[in-house]
Formats: sequence, C-alpha cells, structure tokens
Amino acid sequence: MAIGRAKIKSVGAAQSPLLGAAMFTPAVLYILLLVAGPFFLAIFYAFSDARIGNTEMHYVGLENFRSILKSPSFRIAIRNSFIFTICSQIVVIVGANILAIALEKTFRGRGFIRFLILLPWVAPIALGAIGWKWILDSIYSVISWVLVALHFYKPFNAPMWLGEPHLAIASVLLVHSWRLMPFSTVILLAGRTAIPKDIPEAAAVDGAGFWRTQFQIIIPMMRPILSVAVLFGLIFTFTDMTVVYILTAGGPFDSTQTLPSLAFAMGIQGSDLAAGAAISLFLVPLLIIIAYFMLRVAHRAEVN
Amino acid sequence: MRLSRRIWGKVVHVLVITVFTVLLAFPFYWMVITSFKQNVDLYTMENNPFVFNAKPTLDHLKFLFTETRFVRWLANTTFVGIVVVAITLVLAVPAAYSLARLSGRWGERLGIAIFLTYLVPQTLLFIPLSRVVAYLGLQDSLWALILVYPSFTVPFSIWLLMGFFKSIPKELEDAAMVDGLTRFGAFAKMVIPISTSGILTVVIFTFTLVTQEFVYALTFISSESNQMIGTGIPIFLVRGDVYYWGALMAACLIASLPIAFLYNLFLDRFIAGFTVGAVK
Repeated sequence: MAIGRAKIKSVGAAQSPLLGAAMFTPAVLYILLLVAGPFFLAIFYAFSDARIGNTEMHYVGLENFRSILKSPSFRIAIRNSFIFTICSQIVVIVGANILAIALEKTFRGRGFIRFLILLPWVAPIALGAIGWKWILDSIYSVISWVLVALHFYKPFNAPMWLGEPHLAIASVLLVHSWRLMPFSTVILLAGRTAIPKDIPEAAAVDGAGFWRTQFQIIIPMMRPILSVAVLFGLIFTFTDMTVVYILTAGGPFDSTQTLPSLAFAMGIQGSDLAAGAAISLFLVPLLIIIAYFMLRVAHRAEVN
Repeated sequence: MRLSRRIWGKVVHVLVITVFTVLLAFPFYWMVITSFKQNVDLYTMENNPFVFNAKPTLDHLKFLFTETRFVRWLANTTFVGIVVVAITLVLAVPAAYSLARLSGRWGERLGIAIFLTYLVPQTLLFIPLSRVVAYLGLQDSLWALILVYPSFTVPFSIWLLMGFFKSIPKELEDAAMVDGLTRFGAFAKMVIPISTSGILTVVIFTFTLVTQEFVYALTFISSESNQMIGTGIPIFLVRGDVYYWGALMAACLIASLPIAFLYNLFLDRFIAGFTVGAVK
C-alpha cells in the first residue's frame, strides 16, 4: 500500500474536524482499552503477586524478575525463542528468495501451485501443526517409515522426533520455517514484480549473468521489501506459542519452551499471573526494536 | 551451448517448484490420505503409508460429525467470526475514512500508530486480559472472544482501508457536497458504495484472523461445547492419551480448506497491506 503524501489540505476534513474526530474516536478508544490497557496491566502485574483465583494482590518489587532469572526453564525459553526466531528466519529468507525467483515466471498451473504453496500460511496454524504432529509421531511417523525403508534405521528404532530435546527443537524450527516460507515468498514476489522489466533486461544487454543480475541489481533494489518480510517474520515467530504448544507443549523437560509458551505454562496453567506477566514482558525489547525499523521503512517509503 | 543452457534452466525451474511445492503442501496431502484410511491400515507399521493397504473408508468422517462436537465448533467459529466482522466494520470503516482524509500529516501518523498496535502480540496481552475477562464474568463464553478479537482485527483493517480510501479522489465528495449532501452523507452515499471491494477485503481478512487465532481461545474458553475450531480439534479430539488421527486429520482438512481458499482470493490486497509502502 502506498503511503501517499497529503500535500494538499483536504477542504472537507478541515471544514468538519468534529465529524472527523467522531469517526475515529471509537476505534482509537477500543484499541486503547484493549491493547494499551492490558499492556500496562501486564507491567503492573509483573511487579505484584497476582494469582488466578485470588483477587488480592500486593506490590512485590522486582521479586518476580529475580526468581524468573534464577529459573533454568526461563533461560532455556529465552535461548529457544532466539534460536527459533533467527534460525527459521535464515531458512525462510533463503528459501523464499529462491521460490520467488521461480514463481516470477508465468507457467501453466501457476495459480494452483501458488494455492498449494500458500497452504501453510493461510490454513490455521494450530491445524497445520497437528498435521506435523502426526507426521512426526513417535511410532507411526512417515519420516521414520521412509528412513527405515531406506535402511538408515532398524525397524522400531527410529528416533523420537518430538521426544528427544535436540530433535524436538529441530522439529519446532522446521514447522516455524514451513509456516512462514509462503508469507515471505509472496511478499518478495510482490517486490520483484514491482521492479521495472527493463532494468534486468538492460543488465543482460550489458553482459551481466543471472547471478550477477540477482545479487548486484535485483536484491539490492528489494532491500526495503526484504526488510518488511524479515521484520514481520521475526515478530510472527518470536511471539508465537501455538507451534510449540501443539507439537511438544514445551517438553520434553521444558527443552522446547519459548517465552510465550513458558508465560502460558506459568501464568495460566500454573495460576501464577505475576510470573507469567513478567516472562511475557521479555518480549517487549525486541518488539520495540522491530517497530523502530518498521517505522524507518515506512518513513523511507513516504519520502520517496 | 545456448540451447542446452536453456533446457538446463528449465529443468532447474521445474525442480525448484516441485521440491518446494511438495515440502510445503505435504502435511495437507497427508491429512487427505490419513482421513480416508482404516485404522488397521494406519496403525500397522509394516504397511507402506503412502498407499491404501486396505479399502478407503468414511468412518473417520462419520465419527467426526456424529460423535464429536466438531459441527458445534464450526458453528461457534462462524458465529464469533460474523460478530467480530460486524464490530470491526463499524469501528474501522469510519476511522479509516477520517484518517485518510485528515488534513496534514496527522492522519498519516495516527494511522501508523494504529498499525503499530497490530504488532503487539496476543502472547503479551493474554495474561492481563484473562483477569479482565474473569472480572467481567465472561470466562468460558464466546463473548469474551468477541470482546477481545477486534483489538487485533481493527488496527489492520484501518490500515488496509486507509490506503483504499486515499485512492478515491476527493473531488468526488466535494462534488457531492456541492450538490447538497453533508460530509457524512457524501461518505455514506458516495464513498462506501464504491468501496465495496475494499470492505470485502476487510471482511475476509477479519474472518480468517478469527479462525486462525489460538492463544485467546485457549486461555478464555474451557468447556468442550464452547470451543473454536483451532482449539477444539487439538484439545478435545484427543481423549486422554488416545489420538484419533483419522478424525483429527479430517477435521484439520475440512476446517483449513475453505479458509485457505478465501484467503487466497484476496491475497494480493493483504500483501499490499503488509508491505507498508515499501512497494509502489
């Protein structure tokens, strides 16, 4: 969406500022009440001893943060959150660039292929993740069956994909990458189609090969769109708890726990709202950094 | 030399498309296969899982529709979806129009500020909101979801619609106002009718967001009959430790495909919303 510059003052809006305010105030109030309100409430809870089923609460200072930072589960969760977010983003950006190049050409059946490729993104993630849970089942996994058929493993001896910490981490990583790949692909595709066709053609006339055209001309031109894909990708993975919750529920032994899933386990399942709120607040610094870069992209688009 | 290079390029192209399509669509293919296999076939390890070793069956579908609350979950999701779409339209359409037409840079800034709230994740807000929901007496009620969902559907909808309204020339309303319509009359009678495709985009986007949401539904809803599809299927189609994989996969498939299809129709517009002006 192009952010047009409002150079000319709109006569109409200037004539009826009250009407303008009346039209956007309900939406702004709703968002303030249900986004800003709970956000500050989360900060407030993080410094309290709020629990489910107990309406009383007291200020406890940094007590929650102190006990969280001491907990090994929390350290694993914060490490996993970054591993999942960064590694899946690397896989996704490499894959999505390749796929976007391939999809840029028109070919027969492209619409149908696009539908299939998009499925991981457009289908509810909870349901896609259950599909994976079945594919990675401890006994009837199709992947294990193939590996046994190829004699990599003896029957009944294939690895437990979701039952061993390292494999479980790899599995969650795989599902995150799988889920995000289509989204980044279509965003990069939109960026590619926006580049005027005569630019790569001129490069070809000047003797630049395919790779040189891609790396020295097209990809640098796509920097803003690439950063949009990365920024959204980081947010979606960093703040997600659905994939982990469905695949492993944080296990085995908290080894796949992330900040959001640990906040849920402590705050809701463990009734310790204060600890849950404190854990989820650790999401905020990265979110602020991402918002800052997003604003820069938007601002640059505005200036151009 | 030239020709072999072209053929080579074509082979790579087909290969890349095939590999990615297979990797990305495989779980859905697996849902189809699993949905129609008999349990004897599914749970015999020697069987080749890629083919039907026993006759295909509709038992899983029958089980899903008669012995689980699957239909109820579909109905719940549709109900919440429709009400949230209505609330989103009432809040977002006027707000987007007024921000699109607001003079100077303020409209734009406010628009971007609202867009940024879309980045505040559910996983940050669900803990305090669970207490708010309890305080309002809405635990285990679909109304809790109806109250909370617009908080993430409205910001993105405003953002999408702002771009849409900006593409409508102001002269249109000015002319209508010269003809005696009020400002609001011009908005209601001129702008909304020609904006139906933008509004439809918001309707579809909001509805798919509601069906995809997981965290709030998991936190606020507890009883089996009040579940949404995204939570009912993974939680209540598992009895104890027993996974009904046939029914589970059938449920995932039936719930995913219509949503995927709708989303796909409007994809280009959603992407335009996500690219935040980085593509012109």
